[in-house]
Amino acid sequence: MRALPDRLVALLFALAIALTAPAFAQPAPAADPPAAAEPAAPALTGLAGALAHFLEDDFAETDTGIGEVAATADPRAATIIEALQDGRLSFSAEEKKVFYKDASGNLIDALSGAPVAAEPADLSDVRLNNRVRRALDAAIGGLSLQAREPAKRLQSAEAVFKSREGSVLPALDAAIAKETDAKIKQAMVEARAAVIINSEDASEVDKLTAIGVVRARGDQEALNLLAGLPAGSPASVQRAARDAVASMQSKLAAWATVQNAWYGLSLGSVLLLAAIGLAITFGVMGVINMAHGEMVMIGAYVTFMVQEYIRTSSPALFDYSLLIAVPIAFVVAGLIGILIEQSVIRFLYGRPLETLLATWGISLILQQAVRTAFGPTNREVGAPSWMSGTFSVGQINITYGRLWIILFTMAVFVGLLGLLRFTRMGLEMRAVTQNRSMAASMGIRTARVDALTFGLGSGIAGIAGVALSQIDNVSPNLGQGYIIDSFLVVVFGGVGNLWGTLVAALTLGIANKFLEPFAGAVLAKIAILVFIILFIQKRPRGLFALKGRAVEA
Amino acid sequence: MFYTGAAPNQQAIPAVDYLMKDEKVKRWVLAGTDYVYPRTTNKILEAYLKSKGVAQEDIMINYTPFGHADWQTIVADIKKFGSAGKKTAVVSTINGDANVPFYKELGNQGVKAKDIPVVAFSVGEEELAGIDTKPLLGHLAAWNYFQSIKNAKNAEFIKNWQAYTKNAKRVTNDPMEAHVIGFQMWVKAVEKVKSTDPDKVIDALPGIEAPNLTGGTSKMLPNHHITKPVFIGEVKADGQFNVVWKTPGLVPGDAWSKELEGSKDLVGDWVTKKCGNFNTKTNKCGGA
Repeated sequence: MRALPDRLVALLFALAIALTAPAFAQPAPAADPPAAAEPAAPALTGLAGALAHFLEDDFAETDTGIGEVAATADPRAATIIEALQDGRLSFSAEEKKVFYKDASGNLIDALSGAPVAAEPADLSDVRLNNRVRRALDAAIGGLSLQAREPAKRLQSAEAVFKSREGSVLPALDAAIAKETDAKIKQAMVEARAAVIINSEDASEVDKLTAIGVVRARGDQEALNLLAGLPAGSPASVQRAARDAVASMQSKLAAWATVQNAWYGLSLGSVLLLAAIGLAITFGVMGVINMAHGEMVMIGAYVTFMVQEYIRTSSPALFDYSLLIAVPIAFVVAGLIGILIEQSVIRFLYGRPLETLLATWGISLILQQAVRTAFGPTNREVGAPSWMSGTFSVGQINITYGRLWIILFTMAVFVGLLGLLRFTRMGLEMRAVTQNRSMAASMGIRTARVDALTFGLGSGIAGIAGVALSQIDNVSPNLGQGYIIDSFLVVVFGGVGNLWGTLVAALTLGIANKFLEPFAGAVLAKIAILVFIILFIQKRPRGLFALKGRAVEA
Repeated sequence: MFYTGAAPNQQAIPAVDYLMKDEKVKRWVLAGTDYVYPRTTNKILEAYLKSKGVAQEDIMINYTPFGHADWQTIVADIKKFGSAGKKTAVVSTINGDANVPFYKELGNQGVKAKDIPVVAFSVGEEELAGIDTKPLLGHLAAWNYFQSIKNAKNAEFIKNWQAYTKNAKRVTNDPMEAHVIGFQMWVKAVEKVKSTDPDKVIDALPGIEAPNLTGGTSKMLPNHHITKPVFIGEVKADGQFNVVWKTPGLVPGDAWSKELEGSKDLVGDWVTKKCGNFNTKTNKCGGA
């Protein structure tokens, strides 16, 4: 009795196995390939193996992948790395393939180089982060040292200088031997020195020579390199690096003074630009115009609208957008200024307190109007290509944007001086401000001159807005940040005197920038304010006070 | 008062941890606007960095006035500070309008995120909508929510928001998510006590849970802060963020920083202690 169930159980068991075996067998082959793939894996060496890292959607894997792609020395490597840098590289995890988009937007299989007809459903970009971007720079540095375009060669030399990647040394030596452009060659020699200093097996003599090369370069990158010497460097090398750092730092400190002066000039020109319109409305006419900042803001919004229009209608003109915006901003802000003068200010001449309150109210109305029309958030105003980037003179960096603003400010200043000095309108303006009743009896329509003068001041504030849109927020609050500084400049320079405004703006700008490194931005600002208060106590009429009868009028 | 925004340990500390571990940052610039939030955050960060063995000379602290527009000197200083042979990063608590000129100047002077990354705690999608983001590529922000985080709840929220504003390009951001969570919590508390009486709702709120938009569930704690995940994102060219790191779970908000002397003994507990600044050393309510 007992044997039967046992046998039955055994039989059932066997049956069960026989029945389920196909079911088990199903996943078995699927589970098999990993084991079977072990011998097949070596086939995935070279580019295919390197590309497999991009399928993981993991920054560390991508980083490894870049290194491996660059190391294959495959002719396709440069294309793939560049595509990744531009964000054109994508992958499909399902098909286990990596693709890139070529210049005309066609999807191309990175491995075979063949165009792909149908885009895979799960196509997604290979993502980049800073670590991956650094790895890319290093890889490109190694790969395009002998590129045809000089700019690319220079770029890769700089990339090698930063990455100090030891493996590119042979490629670098070959490139140096072939290079004909002196500037690029120098960059490559410096890059080679950077590699040598950081390599473990270079001789002491080589390293000392390399330090000499980097020392001659003398900029902050070089300083960074020598200050961060690898820990295991020989004592003589460390001493040489310390000497070099000390000498470079003292040279850079001297340059820092020049750099500060430049920053001061730049800040001064921004102050001048913001204040110059006020020098007309407040300085020449004596109107305490609290809405001056809003004219600047309107100018900036005009720039924004011009750029928006150009972006949608004719993107090719984008580089000229600021030039187009200047006259429009002048006219728009000027007309608004004339409107304000005609509707409010002309009833308040000779009543400074009421003017102050009325123009302050106007400034709030204008801010709220812009906030309602454009929203409270910042608007994007782009920089045209000729205003982007930097160049260096010696060891100081000059940004094109700031340089153009300085030149633009000077042009506006000279233009305004010319207008007041040589045109009939300027003559009438000066006549009215010097002696209103005498001018009126000579047949000058003083009311019209007042309106035009106010319009001119406002229009110039509008032009300032075009320039300031390049360095500040285009938001409804833009003007508020400049109104106090503008009054400071005009009062300090002496009311009614354009040259005074110029000198005051540059003095305040430069003083501020020389104070800032020692005192910090907050204290520097306070110190300037205290200085002006004390100065006004001593000379209430500012730096260049008008003398004579005009003052009494 | 219930606080659904990030406490410093839900934003600043994780960001610094990320930079220290993943970017191997050794030198730190703490730049902020001159008022209470940056000064407090920087005090906490300075104490935290020192506890991690960062020397005083490797920390540069810099404050600027509100609406500071001329960043030339400071950006040049940051570049100089960053050229001492150690990986340098900027932790920015610069607030509001001063950010745009700051980032513009960074771009102008060629400070790239690859070399000196800037991590900010008050720059989100809405702020980036007003800047040309190309020069900012790779700079970082630490938040508890990014619009780019993919899940069904977030997708629905973005869709509703864009439909509501009638603007398909309108972005969402972290403070909006904080409100979404806060409002849901309030609704649940009201449902629980079946009353909108403030005192009853206040008592009911601690312990209430509500789903956040990043796929987790946030909980109101007895100290009136909530639990939140922390994400680090890198700026992409389209003004969105690419999430490069996140905390493994939700981080409970600390009412009092554990890093600062005089603050680390304090806890906020409105449930059992009925006190916002209970001193665990002296067992008394009312701070140190």
